[in-house]
Amino acid sequence: MAPFEPAALPELLPVFYRRLFPHGPYGRWLSYGGVKNYFQLREFSFTLRDDVYLRFQSFSSPQELERELQKINPYKIDIGAVYSHRPNQHNTVHLGAFQPQEKELVFDIDMTDYDDVRSCCSSADICSKCWTLMTIAVRIIDRALVEDLGVRHRLWVYSGRRGVHCWVCDDAVRKWSPALRAAAVEYLSLVKGGADTVKKVNLSHPVHPFIRHSVNVVEKYFEEYALRGQDILGSPEKWDKVLALIPEEHREALQAEFPRRKDSVQRWELLRARLERTRGRPAAQGPCYADWEVMLQFCFPRLDINVSKGLNHLLKSPFSVHPKTGRVSVPLDLQRLDQFDPFAVPTITSLCQELDTANSDGEQEDGGATEPKRRTRDYKKTSLAPYVRVFEQFVEGMESARRGERIRRSDLQGDF
Amino acid sequence: MEFSSRARLKHARLAGDRREQYPHSLQFYLEPPMESISLVEFESFAVDRLKLLKVIENLGVSHVRGTDVYKSKLESELRKLKFPYRALAEDDYEARRKDHISHFILRLAYCQSEDLRRWFLQQEMDLFRYRFNELTESLMQKFLEHANLSFEAVSMARERDAAGEPGGGGGSPPVGLADAVDLFRARKVFIKDGFAYVPFKEIDVIVLNNYRTKLSKALALTARSLPSIQSDERLQPLLNHLSHSYVGPDYSIQKNTGKISLEQIDALSVKSFPLCMRQLHRALRDSHHLRHGGRMQYGLFLKGIGLTLEQALEFWKKEFIRGKVDADKFDKGYAYSIRHSYGKEGRRTDYTPYSCMKIIMSNPPSQGDYHGCPFRHSDPELLKQKLQSYKIPPSGITQVLELVKGVHYQLACQKFFELTHDVDDIGFSLNHPNQYFTESQKLLNGGRELKKEFNNSGNFQQKNNSQESTNSSSTPTSSNAKADTELEGLEAYFTED
Repeated sequence: MAPFEPAALPELLPVFYRRLFPHGPYGRWLSYGGVKNYFQLREFSFTLRDDVYLRFQSFSSPQELERELQKINPYKIDIGAVYSHRPNQHNTVHLGAFQPQEKELVFDIDMTDYDDVRSCCSSADICSKCWTLMTIAVRIIDRALVEDLGVRHRLWVYSGRRGVHCWVCDDAVRKWSPALRAAAVEYLSLVKGGADTVKKVNLSHPVHPFIRHSVNVVEKYFEEYALRGQDILGSPEKWDKVLALIPEEHREALQAEFPRRKDSVQRWELLRARLERTRGRPAAQGPCYADWEVMLQFCFPRLDINVSKGLNHLLKSPFSVHPKTGRVSVPLDLQRLDQFDPFAVPTITSLCQELDTANSDGEQEDGGATEPKRRTRDYKKTSLAPYVRVFEQFVEGMESARRGERIRRSDLQGDF
Repeated sequence: MEFSSRARLKHARLAGDRREQYPHSLQFYLEPPMESISLVEFESFAVDRLKLLKVIENLGVSHVRGTDVYKSKLESELRKLKFPYRALAEDDYEARRKDHISHFILRLAYCQSEDLRRWFLQQEMDLFRYRFNELTESLMQKFLEHANLSFEAVSMARERDAAGEPGGGGGSPPVGLADAVDLFRARKVFIKDGFAYVPFKEIDVIVLNNYRTKLSKALALTARSLPSIQSDERLQPLLNHLSHSYVGPDYSIQKNTGKISLEQIDALSVKSFPLCMRQLHRALRDSHHLRHGGRMQYGLFLKGIGLTLEQALEFWKKEFIRGKVDADKFDKGYAYSIRHSYGKEGRRTDYTPYSCMKIIMSNPPSQGDYHGCPFRHSDPELLKQKLQSYKIPPSGITQVLELVKGVHYQLACQKFFELTHDVDDIGFSLNHPNQYFTESQKLLNGGRELKKEFNNSGNFQQKNNSQESTNSSSTPTSSNAKADTELEGLEAYFTED
């Protein structure tokens, strides 16, 4: 497979939007069952070549969106809010009347926010070692969304380069105020402080169930990721950083003992056991959660509140192409989260190549088929198929919930 | 007030049993009163509630809400004004009725502007919070059920984590996340399935949020239907007065008439005048003239400290003659207006000295004016310089400027009093320049002891209603909310402003 070249985008994007982009389920998703003009009031923004940026695009139907995408072939698609008026007419509305009304609750988790705790890569780079951080983040946040916040319909998406996004689509949540969204982010935040803060996680007794659950998740990955992969106690330099997060009373003993252990795993066990013993201490001295605090500082998700808070924030659309990596922003299959490999995600180049191969094989068979049909089945011939399947399941989930709700309501009203 | 058929039915049902109408000592004020009342009752209920709310405002600034001191003072005020003051389960019908009616009347007066609404909302919330917290747990349950705040006791306790987790024991009612935002965000309560399980001891936060939302909406609605009420000639003047009133002594009846000599004024201006009047006096001496705003503010103040008409005429004339005005011109023009303000000309209304609220709120000074409130109207830098020139210590100046920044102009003046009289605690709540003078004189002359009890007469903290709201950002100061002057007759309720 040839590597992706950004210069090829103008050539590849038309193919992408005609034969690969899943317009069908995409349109069904954003129509939300056809409720009150939802689709028509939605803002999209397109980024064209040379960073030309078109905001406040809106369309009368998913079909129109499809046609426009195939005409404009944007480098990137962003989804914004559902507004009070059609975004493409916002200039005709007098100032103040054009307001965002609803939007999915979204999260953006970016690997660069973890630079202070990963030693394998930094900034835009990722590798299979540090990708585990995203896995942990998805597991922790998703559990909290479902169990604590009662969310049912959420879509996790690979951002295309160095992180993940989450789209929470429940009817009620789409109506949340910015204040409530901000509160949700704070509820989900444990790592506080910037470059100047050494100790970024501080837990007090009693520990909230959310924290307890999150620690349980981290524990499952900690040995493999932090102790073996990142080797956070692998050398005096490294373990000093960790010991800086522990109360002074424990540091000396651990510092003395650490050199005598052979690896991070053993050293961690020492540290953990020592701190766990403090848990039984009487309330006055207080149980110490420093070991949890270390685990969380190294592994707990870091959210950007600005992305989630505002109704008018734009976020990259699922199935948009990342202009720098060429990778498609594909949905994550939560059932197979641990097997997800960001480097195996198809690029637009590889997909187009697959299409070429598939066509030369399949043309004879589909000789009689009509054009549109051939096109809609095209992505199924490529490695995009499983990702579209995940997306379809997500959309179907919402549709079936809506049907169930209609039935329930009509039962209540005694309709037949 | 319209009668819907549903309300009429309800009214008929309730008419027989008055106790049923007000089953609790507090309410959400969801239904307006349906009975007819006399104008006298209308007026007196409204005034009493206004006094109550002003006390609440005052207490909220001077004390930390919820402390014993706060509670006992508020309780005594409620008793005095005959509002429900304790969560009695028994019949407290008259007080509760008064509470109900007066709330709705004040809504009419206070819905008219953003600042008025904000002020009203803040005080009513404080009142509600106090009353709600006075309920016993069982009364609280009953009240919440009655108010239909969909709290269902859910026994999720078994499914929950072991005790010791924050968030309440079994039976905590589930509350929507939007209603418990602060508890949710800070992880102070157990969250499951999109609900917060709020322990009873935190339930007041939820209930208060609920109350605030309801009242806020109601006020907005009331504002929209105001035009029809304003057309009622009986009500309009009263409603106007309510939202602008200063409730306290008006210093129109001078007990000290003639006790001040003109020679004393210079010295008095330095020792006992509030900064606004000291500034005006200085300007008068320096330029031998004051413009109209300054003449009114200062002239009435002087009347309030006891200057007779004759003294006033002499005082102003002597000064103006040193300027550009000759005796004739003075007699023809300025003298007339001085007599006018003493009630000897024209309408013959005895004009009353301006209260702090009036000075702060109306007629801001422009270039060449010296009236107004220095804490409100002076540039902070200039104010600082002035205080420095009066030899106020830097720490004191900082305190004053902090209060000014926080829009607490009268508190800043109180602090100024404390600094210039070298006392820790001003001992009263300042809201009238003449009050400043009287208190200062008392202090300096070792006058009669300040009355310790806080009675319901004047001296409520007068926060200006059309300023940026101070209420949501006000922090409790250590100054005491003691009052010591008596209310002089009912006529003082509505001072001509």
